[in-house]
Amino acid sequence: MSTLLSVENLSKHYTLSGGLFGAERRLDALTDINLTVEAGETLAIVGESGCGKTTLGRCIIQAQPASAGKVVYRPKAGGEVELSALNKRQIKPWRQDIRMIFQDPMSSLNPNMRVFDIVAEPLRIHKICKGRELEDRVIGTLAKVGIPAEAVGRYPHAFSGGQRQRIGIARALVLDPKLVIADEAVSALDVSIQAQVLNLLEDLKSEFGLTYIFISHDLGVVNYIADRVVVMYLGHVVENAPTEMLFERPRHPYTELLLEALPIADPLRRKGRKAEVRGEIPYLGNRPQGCPFHTRCRYAQDVCRAEKPALRRVNGTAQEAACLFAEELELKGAYEDGPVKVLHEA
Amino acid sequence: MTKPILSIADMSIVFSSPDEADIEAVRQVELTLTPGKTLALVGESGCGKSVTARAVLRLLDKNALIQRGSITFEPKGEAPVDIAELKQDSLPLRAIRGNQISMIFQEPMSSLSPVHTIGDQIDEMMIIHEGLKPKQARERTVALLDQVGIPGARDRANAYPFELSGGLRQRAMIAMALACKPQVLIADEPTTALDVTTQAQILDLLRQLQADFGMAMLFITHDLGVVAEIADEVAVMYLGDVVEQGSVFDVFAAPKHPYTQALMSSIPKMARKADRVRLSPIKGTVPAPKDRPEGCAFTSRCPHAFEPCPTIRPARTDLGNGHHARCHLLTRVPVEEPA
Repeated sequence: MSTLLSVENLSKHYTLSGGLFGAERRLDALTDINLTVEAGETLAIVGESGCGKTTLGRCIIQAQPASAGKVVYRPKAGGEVELSALNKRQIKPWRQDIRMIFQDPMSSLNPNMRVFDIVAEPLRIHKICKGRELEDRVIGTLAKVGIPAEAVGRYPHAFSGGQRQRIGIARALVLDPKLVIADEAVSALDVSIQAQVLNLLEDLKSEFGLTYIFISHDLGVVNYIADRVVVMYLGHVVENAPTEMLFERPRHPYTELLLEALPIADPLRRKGRKAEVRGEIPYLGNRPQGCPFHTRCRYAQDVCRAEKPALRRVNGTAQEAACLFAEELELKGAYEDGPVKVLHEA
Repeated sequence: MTKPILSIADMSIVFSSPDEADIEAVRQVELTLTPGKTLALVGESGCGKSVTARAVLRLLDKNALIQRGSITFEPKGEAPVDIAELKQDSLPLRAIRGNQISMIFQEPMSSLSPVHTIGDQIDEMMIIHEGLKPKQARERTVALLDQVGIPGARDRANAYPFELSGGLRQRAMIAMALACKPQVLIADEPTTALDVTTQAQILDLLRQLQADFGMAMLFITHDLGVVAEIADEVAVMYLGDVVEQGSVFDVFAAPKHPYTQALMSSIPKMARKADRVRLSPIKGTVPAPKDRPEGCAFTSRCPHAFEPCPTIRPARTDLGNGHHARCHLLTRVPVEEPA
């Protein structure tokens, strides 16, 4: 596999006004992010609200400028482009290759445009084709996602949530992209519709040879769809590992916490948690010293309060974690064979 | 078995609108709540789960009518009341609402008053329902906030909702619902807007409080994982019908209604790559209530639909041990092959 995109030492901070007399404050949304996306893989980025997963997606697609660091795209033909160094005009051709699907299709589809025009707009902007060809391509793409040709003259409000999400997917795919960033693309959907869209995303991936960055907070879905998972906490990557390794034996206590908090749809495997999940995510502007997670970590030692761990390989495997004790800790994964004991029997 | 505290029997709710035909949003629902137990009401958007819950407190909009059925509330040591018969906003109803039966909502930011401190909002409940003096009320409020796990309860009582995080707001809301020691707590998607770790904490808290207060809980959610985590009993709704209900162990172990089965196979299993099975989603989408098939509501999407399904509404079939489902397959008489 070849690397399609790499993010190098990317940081993003916002400056908050301190009011009339207050000093300006700095809010670090992303700190020194390094990751690569291999061609053909599905890379999931997970974490709780405010961890920076959406900001990272937006920095990759250059919807927001990064404060520091690089985003490098390596198209198949060879060579590399540093997207983060391009200006608005220079980046335009590359926007065909990297496309985005948003969480809420109702707010990301223009209510005043017909579905045909919504999907045709990227083709028109990039002057790819027009007339009959454009029509064929739009209708063909919509058919691929399951929107019938009769419906293309309607407005977004006439569709159900699942169909709207399909339209959003068609808009992303009509330019024949290489990389699709799906930001919580199934989170707003009902479970039965969510399953349809997940299957659709998988089918389209194999049909068009896509690469996905799948941003999500739902670890059940991530385990199902992703090849590799990046876990973020307070703007840091705390773990980066192949899906099965991560779910089998996480190497960062935050990953363990997330897996533990995940409700499993089986009452026989009900977890009696008893305050295992501790504390709340600190405010970003008030990030702890040392390891960002130490305030909630049940394994924290004194050294964690002083020293900030870097992301590193664990025992030379493909699993990377930013924890000083990644090798020693015996963290619990999410796969369990057979039922655990019944903890809440009547 | 303990006596039920609240029983909904044969309840139907109809929404009327000036320019469209009436819509029966909830059809002949039967539910019972028992002290100390949790009943989860699960279903996709628009299935009528929130309408059912709101009907219990008579919080429905003006155009909604409980057309038939009863909601019998039987508090300890008091005569039973049919809430469905009470007049909207009458004194007897207001004596129950928030006092003996209370509710927590999905989004605490929009259901707490933004211009009052959380302490004042909780005090108010006790001052109104129990006639406490403000000072006494505040003492209890602080104790409650402490009990729901808000650190620094005495100071936080003076905080406005916007000053709290989502998890703390939800805790404040739970404290408010528990202010008058209700016998029934209705929780409408209380963890949906929260992160997973916060959700786990809130579920833990609700379980703990239920053990302390012994209240019955009606828990509305769309997440089967949360159901498996918290419920004793589960009722699955689809387009206004409770299609299946029973003990959470029975229903998860052997779902009998095709909709329940389909819902379960729509969620990705926590499995290794080798054991991974492709999801089998339910085909199509939920029809609009006005296009609901005359017979079984699930007919248009059901993989097993046969002759009676589109026209005849399946009866509520007893499967033993309190497990019920509405499906023709359960009563189908096997046709004997001609010899």
